[in-house]
Amino acid sequence: MGRQPSLVAAAVPRRQSQRATILRTTLSFGRTRAGVILLLFIVAITVIGPLAAPHSSTEFVGTPFQGPSSQAPLGTDNLGRDVLSRVLHGGWSVLSLSIAATLIGMGMGVTLGLVAGYARQWVDETLMRLLDVLLAFPTLVFALLAVSIAGPQLWLIVLAVGIGHAPRVARVARGAALEIVGQDYVSAVEALGVPSWRILFGEILPNITSPLLVEFGMRIAYSVGIIAALSFLGFGVQPPTSDWGLMINENRLGLSIQPYSVAVPVLLIGLLAIAVSLIADGLTRAIVGIERESGG
Amino acid sequence: MTRSADKAGPLLELQDLRVELDSGVDVDDDVWLKLYRGEVLGLVGESASGKTTAATAILGYQRRGAHVVSGRVMLDGRDILRLPPSELRSLRGRLISYVPQDPSMSLNPALRIRTQLTEVLEVHGFGQTPADREQRLQEMLAEVLLPTGDKFLARYPHQLSGGQQQRVVLAMAFACQPSVIVLDEPTTGLDVTTQAHVLETIRQLTATHDVAALYVTHDLAVIAAVADRVAVMYAGKLVEIASRDVIFHASRHPYTRKLLAAVPSMKATTLPESIPGVAPRPGQRPPGCAFADRCGWALDTCRAEVPPLEADAEDHRTACWRWRELVDEFGREGGALEARSTKRTEHRRPVVLEVAGVSAWHGDRKSLHRVGLTVEEGKCIALVGESGSGKTTLSRCVAGLHHGRIEGSMLFRGQPLKRLAGQRSRDTRQEIQYIFQSPYSSLNPRKTIAQLLERPLKVFFRLSRSEAEARMVEALEHVALDASVLDRYPDQLSGGERQRAAIARALAAQPTLLICDEVTSSLDVSVQSTIVELLSRLIEETGVGMIFVTHHLALVRAIAEDVAVMSDGRIVEAGRTLDVLDAPQADYTRRLLADTPQIT
Repeated sequence: MGRQPSLVAAAVPRRQSQRATILRTTLSFGRTRAGVILLLFIVAITVIGPLAAPHSSTEFVGTPFQGPSSQAPLGTDNLGRDVLSRVLHGGWSVLSLSIAATLIGMGMGVTLGLVAGYARQWVDETLMRLLDVLLAFPTLVFALLAVSIAGPQLWLIVLAVGIGHAPRVARVARGAALEIVGQDYVSAVEALGVPSWRILFGEILPNITSPLLVEFGMRIAYSVGIIAALSFLGFGVQPPTSDWGLMINENRLGLSIQPYSVAVPVLLIGLLAIAVSLIADGLTRAIVGIERESGG
Repeated sequence: MTRSADKAGPLLELQDLRVELDSGVDVDDDVWLKLYRGEVLGLVGESASGKTTAATAILGYQRRGAHVVSGRVMLDGRDILRLPPSELRSLRGRLISYVPQDPSMSLNPALRIRTQLTEVLEVHGFGQTPADREQRLQEMLAEVLLPTGDKFLARYPHQLSGGQQQRVVLAMAFACQPSVIVLDEPTTGLDVTTQAHVLETIRQLTATHDVAALYVTHDLAVIAAVADRVAVMYAGKLVEIASRDVIFHASRHPYTRKLLAAVPSMKATTLPESIPGVAPRPGQRPPGCAFADRCGWALDTCRAEVPPLEADAEDHRTACWRWRELVDEFGREGGALEARSTKRTEHRRPVVLEVAGVSAWHGDRKSLHRVGLTVEEGKCIALVGESGSGKTTLSRCVAGLHHGRIEGSMLFRGQPLKRLAGQRSRDTRQEIQYIFQSPYSSLNPRKTIAQLLERPLKVFFRLSRSEAEARMVEALEHVALDASVLDRYPDQLSGGERQRAAIARALAAQPTLLICDEVTSSLDVSVQSTIVELLSRLIEETGVGMIFVTHHLALVRAIAEDVAVMSDGRIVEAGRTLDVLDAPQADYTRRLLADTPQIT
């Protein structure tokens, strides 16, 4: 795309709301369109997949590590189950757990970030330094720690990954909030005596949705990676349930004989992460472009 | 007037310029300008009139999303718009230079002053040796009246005052002894005293270097101080060009007339006049004369066809179908409203607010020193001062928005005021309302006007849905806004409409004390006059007491019976507006009055 479409969109009188402009601009990038198509494809697999699967995820259809056949189009896995069916069944857990973990992380992070950004002074300092401590742990290590203490519970994984995201989200939310806190419309409602929590969520939050949306996209991509990794390490979804991350672990011994059993889940996890990143990237570009335009 | 150019002809000519956005909307159309050596051409227009776009076209530059469709910029027989980029680059800064609006944005914060100044000279290969350049550097600094020592040159931009920063930018612009210079509102944001000095420097530099200057601004008083000729733009077109004196005393275009009447004057006994309606934005400009909808003299021809820019023998150009007939009509429109300061005030009214011996701190720095003032019902007191004088701090203390330490007594209707709004009673919060300087930052962009107006109603009153609705409409009526704006977001309103919405929000709370903090400073002159008219009517109608904070002395006369002049956190002079403005006692007030640019 030669000319940046965002500029045209922002230059016409600003009739339509900014959110619509951002959305339209985001979708006008080739990269975002590719991301959206990929994402729809993956979501379709995880949602429609279980209905379309030729076999159940635990049914034995042949001997272990068989090549593709009419019975099993992508061959069989380490126990002789149909790889295609297990792939179609196995996406849901990755996707739903990632989204849940990200939502938890966003919720906690945004709240902490808003409070820190609005309170300023010592509350801000204390909160952010505590979060810095948490930041020092890689999310994966943190999740492993939690799981090794309480055992591989799904809710615990989701919570641990969510908590791992929180400090990073909080940093972004605080940074964005700091800019809004200085605006006169915040002083205006302060002068009316509106309670602080309403100022946080009613006045400030709606104005920082753009950076948070970008952060949300990025966090989902990370969640997918971490949750798949946890499953691979044996701490996530437990056998015999099907899961892309788990499949990679189960079938890695047969990689040389039956590559499909590993390659297909790897590919799908990769595509999911790429799709989400592409969309997040398009959003960032649109927002930066539009803000630069309306600023000058 | 220095029209040495008459013999030589124009140095630079802008011909038939048309600039469009990528969407095909025109920003500028049919713009012709001539710049002569040693002369300052003032280009005046309100926001979105296309003045900056026309000015930057002279540099062969268009902002992103805009492009020149037709027209030529002739300098030394060459068309700048058709030069290859490399030649254009070498031209800029050497032959044509540019002084942008905000010096703090145009200087690189990471580079020392010396580095930035020598860079210009090096890029354009000025002088043979570093010694030559060093000599030129010293000359430049002396010309713009900056210190020449190494200590000053080693500073970073943030260590300089706004005035000094703008002088550095001026020095950069004049560094390579250009023949044309474009100045884009270079004194906006500077204090009047600093502004007066910078304007003087600009005049001297253009005269001594025989430079052709284009001075772009929205401020007619500044134009009066600096320009030899004046071009007036409206909605992307030139409407009038003439010499300075002719524009200010014998203008022919109705828009120029109205614009001049809208400028608040230090001497007038009437309010500045307002121009009804709003200027059409690019893309919404009507066929025919763009001013027709706001013009009292418009005929059908005006709405149908664009008037040409007609010249008379003295090269006074006017784009109006009716200028010949209208010359006699002007001045008969009937008198404007009486200024508040000249009204005979009755005996004392009930006191709303009494501030005595108040000091305030920002962190460890004391920014208010034992100040006092009294606000009476139905009266307005103006707080005047330059930036940093403490006028906003004082008003924020009263509004309960000052987070630092405060000492002294603030009595609101006889009751002491708590420091922060959150600690005050609901009734007090309701009765004291604050209107902020910029309507661009005081209205939450994510809320509709209805949601914004609803806030105070919900917090302060128990109202049914329909009662609240009625109150909102009533508040909007007070500020002459239509109820249809309720569903709109702030960014769908013009600056003036936003400020009215902000005023409506304050009114919805039914205050007894209204604090207006520089409420007109981010608005165009014609919009400023409507807001001033509106506020002065509100005082009459509602009997509200008002604190009007401003840096603009001329506005004080229009709106306030009393005035307090502030400097360095102290009130240096206070009293009736007429007494203070006509017979100032304090030196500071006298200096402020002398430095305020005036149309004479």
